[in-house]
Amino acid sequence: MEFEQTIKLKKQPRIIGSYTIVGPKEGQGNFGKYFDYIMKDDSFGEKTYEKAERKMIENAIVGVIEKAKLLPKDIDILLAGDLLNQIVSSSYAARAFQFPFLGVYGACSTMAESMAVGSVLVDGGYFDNVVCCTGSHFSTAERQYRFPLELGNQRPPTSQWTVTGAGSCALSLHGEGPKISMITFGKVIDWGVNDVNNMGAAMAPAARDTMLRHFKNTKTTPGDYDLIVTGDLGKLGSEILIDLMEDEGVMLGVNYCDCGQMYFKREQKTLCGASGAGCCATVFNSYIVEKMRDGQYKKILFLPTGALLSATSTQQGDTIPCVCHAIVIEM
Amino acid sequence: MEDKKRNEAYNRYVKAKIPKTHAWPSLFNSFWVGGVICVMGQGINDLLMLAFPSLSQQSAWAYTLIILIFIASFLTGIGVYDQIGKFAGGGSIVPITGFSNSITSPSIEFKSEGIIYGICVKMFTIAGPVIVFGVVSSMVVGFIYWIISLF
Repeated sequence: MEFEQTIKLKKQPRIIGSYTIVGPKEGQGNFGKYFDYIMKDDSFGEKTYEKAERKMIENAIVGVIEKAKLLPKDIDILLAGDLLNQIVSSSYAARAFQFPFLGVYGACSTMAESMAVGSVLVDGGYFDNVVCCTGSHFSTAERQYRFPLELGNQRPPTSQWTVTGAGSCALSLHGEGPKISMITFGKVIDWGVNDVNNMGAAMAPAARDTMLRHFKNTKTTPGDYDLIVTGDLGKLGSEILIDLMEDEGVMLGVNYCDCGQMYFKREQKTLCGASGAGCCATVFNSYIVEKMRDGQYKKILFLPTGALLSATSTQQGDTIPCVCHAIVIEM
Repeated sequence: MEDKKRNEAYNRYVKAKIPKTHAWPSLFNSFWVGGVICVMGQGINDLLMLAFPSLSQQSAWAYTLIILIFIASFLTGIGVYDQIGKFAGGGSIVPITGFSNSITSPSIEFKSEGIIYGICVKMFTIAGPVIVFGVVSSMVVGFIYWIISLF
């Protein structure tokens, strides 16, 4: 590798299509009008929320194939992931399709991981069209990581709201759309935070590490990007990241934002904002891709972060290891 | 070693940065909602005694508890109790209605995994520790009582 952790894509695969599907609460949030489909209720006509999450991912895959003006037979491979144990939502959704499937897991950073791997596969010339898809569901995540929905407890002020939604994009060398030009793969970073209700604080050091490495390797500064967008650090986490970067002499200015912090309106009472694999997946594949196509953003740095914990590791008192991958997308 | 120092410093910094909860407003809400639940319990008890004069105080208490548990379960089922909980915190957790909520809510949640592995296995995931501590502490108290009664 020329640079530690960072690769430069030679052929620069394009995002030729993207599709998003979200729940009703997300539809009322700040990005409501940019999503392709807003579900009328959280259960999506299914008996369980797990089945609803699966159906969301299925629909996101079908939707992106259509929007990229492709046929299912044109898709060479599917890269997908979600937050459930054994990433069942993605694997079960893949069962409905006739193309190969690679499951990826990076918690809330799964969208970046699938896009990074997908664009390398396309850039290498082995695959023509790759679909990347990621989703999460509030109710399935709550039940897996926290408490039953109807339990009358209070959420701590640092907690975030898992997004119900799935986002997908199609990568190809042929077609129009924003180009993926550089990727910095992140290391797993753990600064000893063990509060599961404060994911932002746990993930901020991972974002710091990848961001510093990326700026160093590419010899760029925050000013070289129209937009620097992290995944789901939330209100507290993004403030921490700004502080951490300032300590290193890198000033994140008005072009820095966080999907989780912007996702919901204040009156929706989500405390520190949104989180989950669906958070940055739905914002990126709707709002950001659209604004890039419109020409509002020419060059962006996309850095989703993920907390790689499980309910068991938390109960055993472990701290939270986190990862962050950075992707440069240019128009 | 350096990592440990850095982590400790970072955790201190995070702790200082966390938005603080305002204790007094939430204590106030807990207090009055908890109080209202208790007054309701007393009301049910008095009404029972009034309606059935032959009822002993002991049985009236038992029926009162059953009614309160039923109301809380019902409110959990229609999705109201978690809203009360969000507002009142400890005020709606500490009375017996909170105990009822903690048993009903996982039962509803895990219905999808079937009666045995879903409802029956998961029913006491939250209430279980309360029951264990209840039983253990009553054993301890009983033992102390027995020791004292020997003298």
